[in-house]
Amino acid sequence: MSVLTRPVERAAAPAPPAPSQRRRLNRGYGFVIGALAPALVLHLIFIVSPYAQAFYLSLTDWNGVAGKANFVGFDNFARLAGDSLFLDAIKNNLLLLLLMPAATIGIGLFLATMIQRGGANGRSGVKGARFYEIVFFFPQMLSVAIVAVLWGFAYNPNNGLINGVLRAIGLDGLARSWLAEPGLALFAVMAVMIWSGVGFYMVLFSAAIDAIPKEIFEAALIDGSTGWTTFRRITLPLLRDNVQVAFVYLGMVALDAFALVQIMTVGPGGPDGSTEVMGLSLYRTAFEYGKFGYASAMGVALFFGTLVFALVALRGNKNRTELA
Amino acid sequence: MKRFPLHIALGFWAIVTAFPLLWAVTSSVKSDTEILSSPWTVPERPRWENFGRAWNEASIGQYFLNSVIVVGGALFLTMLLGGIAAYTLARYRFPGNRFVYYLFVTSQFFPTFLALVPLFFTVEQMGLLGTKLGLILVYATFATPFTIFFLHAFFRTLPSAIAEAAFIDGCTHWGVFFRVMLPMARPGLVSVAIFNFLGLWNQYLLPLVLNPDPENYVLAQGLAALSTSQGYQSDWSGLFAGLTIAMLPVLLAYVCFQRYIQAGATAGAVK
Repeated sequence: MSVLTRPVERAAAPAPPAPSQRRRLNRGYGFVIGALAPALVLHLIFIVSPYAQAFYLSLTDWNGVAGKANFVGFDNFARLAGDSLFLDAIKNNLLLLLLMPAATIGIGLFLATMIQRGGANGRSGVKGARFYEIVFFFPQMLSVAIVAVLWGFAYNPNNGLINGVLRAIGLDGLARSWLAEPGLALFAVMAVMIWSGVGFYMVLFSAAIDAIPKEIFEAALIDGSTGWTTFRRITLPLLRDNVQVAFVYLGMVALDAFALVQIMTVGPGGPDGSTEVMGLSLYRTAFEYGKFGYASAMGVALFFGTLVFALVALRGNKNRTELA
Repeated sequence: MKRFPLHIALGFWAIVTAFPLLWAVTSSVKSDTEILSSPWTVPERPRWENFGRAWNEASIGQYFLNSVIVVGGALFLTMLLGGIAAYTLARYRFPGNRFVYYLFVTSQFFPTFLALVPLFFTVEQMGLLGTKLGLILVYATFATPFTIFFLHAFFRTLPSAIAEAAFIDGCTHWGVFFRVMLPMARPGLVSVAIFNFLGLWNQYLLPLVLNPDPENYVLAQGLAALSTSQGYQSDWSGLFAGLTIAMLPVLLAYVCFQRYIQAGATAGAVK
């Protein structure tokens, strides 16, 4: 979940135990082993070993039959490069990555600024701020599968919410088969991602703005700074780190998108591969077609994609002591 | 009056957020005909029987119970094992401490998809595929790295004077952990427990792969299966009732404890 280990680590320097205590603690090896062993054993069985195996399996043609994994080198990866459905998946994940985090952060920042700085005379929070925050946070409480089922209904062309509302306000012409038109389906999925993510980041940004010393905003106000200038010159630079963290998290979500696509879309992944994502390709290749070696190669590709994204998104932050 | 446009913007997003939820709840007490003919009006009379049908015939009750058992068990296990591992790594010096810490913590970088295939076969070979125990163990293991990461920082900030006093009074290492450090760490434990609960309740990919038996479906999985299975498409009202059963308890709990829950949910991103 979190990618912020090192910096936070450095910031929270360990309190060195007093000498007397250290002597005592050093004798607790039995305790140390007993305390770590259960978690460590589970970790090795269910996490370390599967990840290690995945890298090896990606170099084989294994199809699930015990002992029948032939080493094929990088053949799987060469095949991936020509697999048009997987290339569609990469393209769709990249499109999500390009648009979804930016939109979510944009709306989240806007709402957070309104809530924190939108009160009379621009100094304080807006009336009813707490109410808005509670409502905006609702989607965060719902599991992604439930969100997908809910929006699957809402997008239903005949009796769904969206078309129902459009027809009720006389915009019949805008009613669509949202998830059945190749040009619309991915954006329909993206809208759901934004819908469910905005509240969380709004609360995060709102807390961050709240933590900025009020004197800074006072000074800007006295100097005649308008709302927009204050936001661009003060709020945004001071929230830089929070925005960056949000971008990394949302990017991970955009590179996943599995549950929404698998539950909501036709196919799933359709129409015509227009909502295919890498996770879905992997899932289908492994658990429907039984091509476990090839699926593992997809997993490795997804891993490197995520890694490159995280490194790029966090670049330039090496010298900072604190990220979040 | 000057604040009016602002409330329009905020109110607009509040409606965008809340309206689909209200719509689902309203639809859950409608008849199928009402859902099909007038998707967004209120029903003539509330049909509570939809809930009974969803709970029993559509097995939502069973799925709900399965979720509670699996998430509850995994939460307990990850808090216990993760908590004690975090404490040990934070406050004891021994060779390999750093290595073990990073072995746990770096695994959060890896997408779950990468582990999926070998994980499936590992669980299968252990005879745990489709069992609650298997799901509990895997859930707990996947939640433990973050638990350790978060509580590690927390245990470091706790003063050592009280622990020292307890040692002098003859308390064992286990005693110091369970009687002294764990109670002192309560705020951190609550935050990370809420975070873990939401994360585990949210799980979809792991049960989809590791829990193929419909009798053992967890709530998210069962609901998704119902909504995509053709056989159930005719019972719209039952499906909406199932959706409402899945949504409402969590939302109500949130409204009651929102400050704790917001703090817990954002635990991963703010320190």
